Amino acid sequence: MSADTTAATTDDVTLYDVDNPAPVIEPPRQRTKKTPRAPHKKGSNFEMYGWLFMRLSGIVLVVLVLGHLLIQLVLDGGVSKIGFAFVAGRWASPFWQAWDLIMLWLAMLHGGNGLRTIINDYAERDNTRFWLKMLLYTATAFTVLLGTLVIFTFDPNIR
Amino acid sequence: MATPVLDKVEAEAAASPYITATFRIRRFNPEISDEATWEDFQVEIDPKERVLDALHKIKWELDGSLTFRRSCAHGICGSDAMRINGKNRLACKTLIKDINPEKPITVEAIKGLTVLKDLVVDMEPFFQAYRDVMPFLVTEGNEPTRERLQSPEDRERFDDTTKCILCAACTSSCPVFWNDGQYFGPAAIVNAHRFIFDSRDEAGEQRLEILNDRDGVWRCRTTFNCTDACPRGIEVTKAIQEVKRALITRRF
Ligand code: SF4
Ligand code: FES
Repeated sequence: MSADTTAATTDDVTLYDVDNPAPVIEPPRQRTKKTPRAPHKKGSNFEMYGWLFMRLSGIVLVVLVLGHLLIQLVLDGGVSKIGFAFVAGRWASPFWQAWDLIMLWLAMLHGGNGLRTIINDYAERDNTRFWLKMLLYTATAFTVLLGTLVIFTFDPNIR
Repeated sequence: MATPVLDKVEAEAAASPYITATFRIRRFNPEISDEATWEDFQVEIDPKERVLDALHKIKWELDGSLTFRRSCAHGICGSDAMRINGKNRLACKTLIKDINPEKPITVEAIKGLTVLKDLVVDMEPFFQAYRDVMPFLVTEGNEPTRERLQSPEDRERFDDTTKCILCAACTSSCPVFWNDGQYFGPAAIVNAHRFIFDSRDEAGEQRLEILNDRDGVWRCRTTFNCTDACPRGIEVTKAIQEVKRALITRRF
């Protein structure tokens, strides 16, 4: 038994030595002289506007979303009152239409941009990053457009 | 006459400052194995000494193969940043009594950079980001015949960021840097800040443009890890925030 163990450890030791060192583990996407820098158009302020948008839309969303939750879930009998009639009644007023429209756009873009930064951070391979972002953009555009369409073409007399 | 001397010796022995502390060190040696392992060392040491002294003791008396960087041993050269008890600090500025020597003290290399051996990492990506922000004075026109004068108020503006010793404690504590080494990292931004707000420098606009990049200041999530880690007490997150503000106000 003991002979076996010794043999095994010797095997381990001979696997790597001075002339044949183990590979070191490099962290993902290191910055070296040779790494291609992310393409950046000079004078493009996209990241700055993205950052600003997150702060500003965040402030507006606090009001919009908390108000929305309050109306839908707490006031006036809570969630049980929500039905077709309730939605139809609310969307009869342009004020609530505008509220919901703004909330939809801001929330989707805010969340979409947040997810975009997360994908940029965590996806290690360029290909993965690209396709994840395409998926995200498609989903965001689809939800935003569908929601907008419904808000504008909503028909309370639908049968 | 003999008794008091004896008493004194006994009292000293009883009140010996030495304690036995356990140092749990993350070892990696590519010439032996491709895996990093924790190794415990028991050290007799005065708790008022520093972690660096304990590492010296281990290297000089217990295991000469322990590898780490240090140069000045007084918090000036910035070569011995390491992760001690899960926090980035300088081994030469961390007193053992401050980090609870009753429990094993863990020491490992800083994260986000390639470990070459034990506590030594490849700092090249860190310095590449530093070079990318042009950390030198840029001026136009003729050189003055005397020194470039500056008022104390102008100097005060960037005083905090002149204190950086490039130890990488901040950059290697940043979760964005861990995930994507392309991010400039707090240290590069701190050193850009030092010149952007220097009244004598004339390339502030250029540096701002570099940091406006996809991998620039906008990736900062205000985690404050860097401010916590900085052994020089630089308000790193505040400096990053000031660069962001400068970028926004120059547009509007
Ligand atoms: S800002 Fe502080 S933590 Fe970062 S490299 Fe400079 S001295 Fe080290
Ligand atoms: S050895 Fe120079 S900073 Fe610690």
